Amino acid sequence: MASYSTSELRSGNKVMVDGDPCAVLDNEHVKPGKGQAFNRIKLRNLKSGRVWERTFKSGESLEAADVMDTDMEYLYTDGEFYHFMLTDGSFEQHGADANAVGETSKWLKEQETYVVTLYNGAPLAVTPPNFIELEVTETDPGLKGDTANGGSKPAILSTGAMVRVPLFINIGEVLRVDTRTGEYVSRATGK
Amino acid sequence: MYNKQIWQPTADLTTLQYRAKVFHKIRAFFYEREVLEVDTPCLSLGSISDPHIEVLSTQIKTLGKHVTYYLQTSPEYAMKRLLASGAPSIYQLGKVFRAEEIGRRHSIEFTMLEWYRLGFDHWQLMNEIDDLLSVLTNDVIISERLSYQDAFLRHVGLDPFSASLLDLQQCCHQHTEYGLEEMDRDTLLELLFTTLIEPQIGQNQPCFIHSYPASQAALAKQQIESSGARTAARFELYWRGMELANGYFELTDAKEQQQRLQEDMAQRAEHHKMWRQVDERLIRALEKGLPDCAGVALGVDRLLMLLLKETHIDAVIPFAGAHA
Repeated sequence: MASYSTSELRSGNKVMVDGDPCAVLDNEHVKPGKGQAFNRIKLRNLKSGRVWERTFKSGESLEAADVMDTDMEYLYTDGEFYHFMLTDGSFEQHGADANAVGETSKWLKEQETYVVTLYNGAPLAVTPPNFIELEVTETDPGLKGDTANGGSKPAILSTGAMVRVPLFINIGEVLRVDTRTGEYVSRATGK
Repeated sequence: MYNKQIWQPTADLTTLQYRAKVFHKIRAFFYEREVLEVDTPCLSLGSISDPHIEVLSTQIKTLGKHVTYYLQTSPEYAMKRLLASGAPSIYQLGKVFRAEEIGRRHSIEFTMLEWYRLGFDHWQLMNEIDDLLSVLTNDVIISERLSYQDAFLRHVGLDPFSASLLDLQQCCHQHTEYGLEEMDRDTLLELLFTTLIEPQIGQNQPCFIHSYPASQAALAKQQIESSGARTAARFELYWRGMELANGYFELTDAKEQQQRLQEDMAQRAEHHKMWRQVDERLIRALEKGLPDCAGVALGVDRLLMLLLKETHIDAVIPFAGAHA
């Protein structure tokens, strides 16, 4: 198995710490005036999502985690697993459980592409695209002509996600939403 | 790392003007005090013994032979060779190089101000550093002085000299999740210092930490405290979380210096660190006689960061990081 030296770890590297796969968020080099150098490393446990800091001697090595980010298309859910298919033409399918999908479940749309993080070959996490276009299924009737005013109202989207939208939006319209903040961006164009 | 698109400087023009003004004030300060400016070589055939500092080197071919030159990590050895040859108090403002990780407070090439005062001890030198900082800040700087032991008692809650190895290991582990298997007292103490003490001290006025454990003496004389404990006549200056300077009441005993160099080299070998030619000409100079003196090295780029409230060292250096 490959390994990383603690002094060369960069944000984004995946390593094993205490038996769990972790993503490196930050690596601060700590060097006392005279003496041993250390690396203070901020990690996200990819299983629990917990973020914490660990200190290592510079040059110590950490085992690389067998973690891979892959592009997959969402197919369907059978109630227990969410099924995805690799977009590389292999048609290889993977079932992710609710734990792996987590909050992303409210952004799951058929035929959309997601980043599925595989750990030892099994889905560990699912990340939606930063922006996604979804249809409004429920909201109060739109106010005609009110395109400039600042007010907002709640709307339910086809995936079940709730976002706040401007007053002029109607049921059936397709919206562009930022999945990182859960905020309305604009009406979808060209579709 | 090289990218032909990245041609711009990392520091803006206002910063560079300020930097030049600080250089000028430093030179004027020492000129007034009749401290002689010297410029010892950046490239030397011998290097330092410090077990934890990695050195850059370069090879050239001359007269049919391959020769290794080491880039200076500090001009300390060369300046002491000058002092042993009869030089008066001297200072140097120039570039030094360390093969360290690049970061917010680290650049492989940085500017160091180093000076030696004949007839001074480390207490007098601390006063002079306050004088210099006062000039550079246009303010009255009177740094706090805190012994290494008191800093630990106050901010860590244990005595660095009498705590057992187990106490140190457990305390270190509690705060950093590191240390239960670390057998080296100094490594544990240093990690505790950087984790628990450094962020607390020198938040308003700068703070001198002095009287280090004898095992961390480096090139300082040892002294006996009133408590009977042996400590190093060494100090470090901290200001707003930044380590700014390291100074000694200089060791003048050639035999003891020789022994410390050998211990350092043995430690390097034990940890499989790369061999380098340690400059034993320092020992010859000490045998000839180094007058009693105190010396200090101060990181000028870090000082500029503090004065300009910059958070990254690259912002005070004309071309740093990927721009160099």
